[in-house]
Amino acid sequence: MKQFRSFLQKELYHIFRDVRTIMILLVMPVIQMILFGYAISTEVKNAKIAVYDPSKDIATRRIIEQMDNSKSFDVVEYIVNPNEIEKLFLEGKVKMVMVFGENFNENLLHGNKTQLQLITDATDANFATSISNYASGIIANYQMELMQQNKIPITIQPEIRLLYNPQMKGAYNFVPGVLGLILMLICAMMTSMAIVREKELGTMEVLLVSPMKPLLIIIAKAVPYFLLSCINLATVLFLSYFVLNVPIAGSLFWLIVVSMLFIFLSLSLGLLVSTLVDTQIAAMLISGMVFMMPVMLLSGMMFPIENMPVFLQIISHIIPARWYISAVKDLMIKGLGFSAVVEEISVMLLMIGVILSISLIKFKVRLD
Amino acid sequence: MLKYLIEKEFKQILRNKFLPKVIFVFPVVMLLILPFAANYEIKHINLSVVDNDHSSYSSRLIRKITSSGYFNLTNVSDNYNQAIKSIEAEEADIILQVPKDFEKNLIVEQTSKVMISANAVNGMKGGLGSSYLSNIINDFANEVRGEWITVQGLSSIPIIDIVPQNKFNVHLSYKIFMVPAIMAMLITLITGFLPAMNIVNEKELGTIEQINVSPVKKFTFIISKLIPYWIIGTIVFMFAYIIARLVYDLTPAGHLRSIYVSTAIYMLGISGLGLIISNYSKTIQQAMFVVFFFMMVMILMSGLYTPISSMPMWAQYITYLNPLRYFIETMRSIYLKGSGIIDLRYNLYALIGFALLFNTWAVLSYRKSS
Repeated sequence: MKQFRSFLQKELYHIFRDVRTIMILLVMPVIQMILFGYAISTEVKNAKIAVYDPSKDIATRRIIEQMDNSKSFDVVEYIVNPNEIEKLFLEGKVKMVMVFGENFNENLLHGNKTQLQLITDATDANFATSISNYASGIIANYQMELMQQNKIPITIQPEIRLLYNPQMKGAYNFVPGVLGLILMLICAMMTSMAIVREKELGTMEVLLVSPMKPLLIIIAKAVPYFLLSCINLATVLFLSYFVLNVPIAGSLFWLIVVSMLFIFLSLSLGLLVSTLVDTQIAAMLISGMVFMMPVMLLSGMMFPIENMPVFLQIISHIIPARWYISAVKDLMIKGLGFSAVVEEISVMLLMIGVILSISLIKFKVRLD
Repeated sequence: MLKYLIEKEFKQILRNKFLPKVIFVFPVVMLLILPFAANYEIKHINLSVVDNDHSSYSSRLIRKITSSGYFNLTNVSDNYNQAIKSIEAEEADIILQVPKDFEKNLIVEQTSKVMISANAVNGMKGGLGSSYLSNIINDFANEVRGEWITVQGLSSIPIIDIVPQNKFNVHLSYKIFMVPAIMAMLITLITGFLPAMNIVNEKELGTIEQINVSPVKKFTFIISKLIPYWIIGTIVFMFAYIIARLVYDLTPAGHLRSIYVSTAIYMLGISGLGLIISNYSKTIQQAMFVVFFFMMVMILMSGLYTPISSMPMWAQYITYLNPLRYFIETMRSIYLKGSGIIDLRYNLYALIGFALLFNTWAVLSYRKSS
C-alpha cells in the first residue's frame, strides 16, 4: 500500500507539474460550455437580406419595415437592378433577396393577387428553409393586417407547446454531448498516452522490474485522470446549471452514478489502446480518430442519430458515448427516473467487462 | 541541404508503420461516413396523433400531414398521456392533438384549434418540426377556405403569392452543403495535427540536438518541415476531390484552380500554426492538447455546423481570427455557387495574411539554443 501511495504521488506530480496541460484540461470544458451555450446556435438572427423594390409603395415599404424590425432579419442592401442579385450571392453578402413585383400595392388591393419572390442562397439548405419560413410568416402577418376589416372565414389555430426545452436552447442538446466528449478525452486519450509514454521513453522497463505489481502501476496511472474527470464533471454540471440555466430535471444521484460508469468505461478504453500501440503519436491518432471523431459524429451529440442511414445507426450502438449521452439526456433533461436508463447502464457495464478483460489479457508484463 | 532534409522527413513519415495509413485511410473513411452522419436534414419526423374528433375533416388533415413527406405516422393514441409515453420512449417526436368537435367548430364557429406538442430537447428539430406542422395545417385551412368561399359565393380576399426560390442547392441537399466543408476540415486536421507533433517528437526523442548542432538555418529547417505536409495535404485534397466527384457527384461550380490556390495557401498557414505549437511544447502530450483545443474552437467557430450569422456579435468577431472560417466559406462558395477568386478576394487576403503571420512566427519561435 505504501508502494502504491508513492507511485500515485509520482503520477500526480507528473501531471500537475505540467501546468499547461492541466490548464487546458481544466479550461477546455469551460470554453466548450461557453461556446456551445452562447455562440453555437441555429436560431435565425440578423440574417442579412437585400431588397429589390421597383414599386416603392405603401405596401412594400411596410413589409420591408416589418422585415427589418424583426429580430431575424437585417436589410443591408437595396438594389436597383435585378442583375445585381447574382453578384451579391457570389460575394456572400446576403442570404436572401426579396423581389417585389411592379405596382405591388395596386395589384394587391385591386387585382387581389400579387407576387413576391424570396430568393434564398440555399447553400445551407436548412438555413434557407428557415429564413424563407420566417419571412413568409412576417408577410402573412401583414396580410392579416390588411384583412382585419373583413372577418376571415375558416381558420385553424395551432397551439404549439415545446416540451422539455421551451426556449429551444442549444445547450439542452449539447451539455450531455460535451460531458461525453470531455470525459472521453481525458480518460481514454490521456490515460493511453500516459502509459504509452513510459513505453516509448523506455521507462516502462524500470517500472516493470520494480516490486510493484503491474496492475497497480496501471491503476496508479489511471487515478489522477479519474480525479481530473471528476473535477470536470463537476465544472460542467455547475456551469450548465448556474450559467446556462439547464435544469437537472431528474435525480442527481443517478446522473453521477451513470457518469462514474462512463468514466470507468473510458479509462478501460484508454488502457486497451495503450496495450495495442507503442508510440504516443499512434495512441493519440487511434484515440483521436477512432474514439473522439465517432463520439462527436455518431453519438447523437451534434447530429440526430435517427437521421443517419441504417448502417451508421447500427455502428452507433457500439459507441460507448452514445449510451452515456442518451442516459444523461433522459436523467438530466427529460427528468425520467432510473427505470428509463436501465438499458444504458447494463450496456455500459457489459462494455466495461469486455474491454477490461481484453486489455488485461493483452497487457504485457514481460518486455519484448 | 533542403533536399536532404525533406528526404529525411518523408522517410520518417513513410517508414512509420502507422502514419501513412492514417494519412490516407482517415480522410477517405471520414469523407464516406461524415456527410451521411452529419445530417441535419429535418425529414422523417415521427408523429403521434391523438384524434378525438374522428370526423372527415380531421382524417383529411391527418392524411395531408402524412403525405407531405416530412412526417411518419408512428403512433396513434387515444389520449395525450398515452402519446407522451411514446415521446419519452423516443418513438415519436411530435404530437398532434385534434380536439373533440374540431369539425363542428370549424363549420359553425368558423374557427377551430389543434394542439401541437414537440419534443424540443433537440431545439432545432422541435422548432422546425412544429413550424412545418403548422404550415401544413395552415395550408389545409386555406384549402378548406377556398372550398367554402366558392360554395358560399363570397368575394375573394387579397393574397400575396409568395414564391420561394432556392438558388445554388436546388434540391436543398444537406450533403452537398457539408462535403466541401468536410474537405476543408480534413485538410485542417491532417496538415494541422501532424506538424504539431513533429518538432516536439524530435525534442522528446532527442534527435533535435543533431539538428541544432548542424549548420542548418532556422528558416531552412522550418521550410523542410512545411513542404512535406504541404505535399501530403495536396494529395489528401486530390483524394477528397475524387471522392466528392464519384460518391456525391459533386464538382465545383467554379474553377478548380481557384480552389487549389486557396487550399495551397491555407495549408501553409495551418501547418505553420502546428509548427508554432510544436515549438512551444515540451512533450507530445502537451502539443496534442493545445492543438486539440485550437482545432475544437476553430471547427466550432468556423460556420461548419451552425451559421456564423446566428452567433452573437462578440462570437462573430472572434470568427474573424479563425483561418478555417475563411477557408470553409471559400470552399463552399466556389463549390456550390461558382464564385470566382475575385468575388472572394477578401478571404484570399486573409488566408495569405495568416500564412505569412504563422510561418514567420514559426521561424522566429524555433530556437536552436536551449
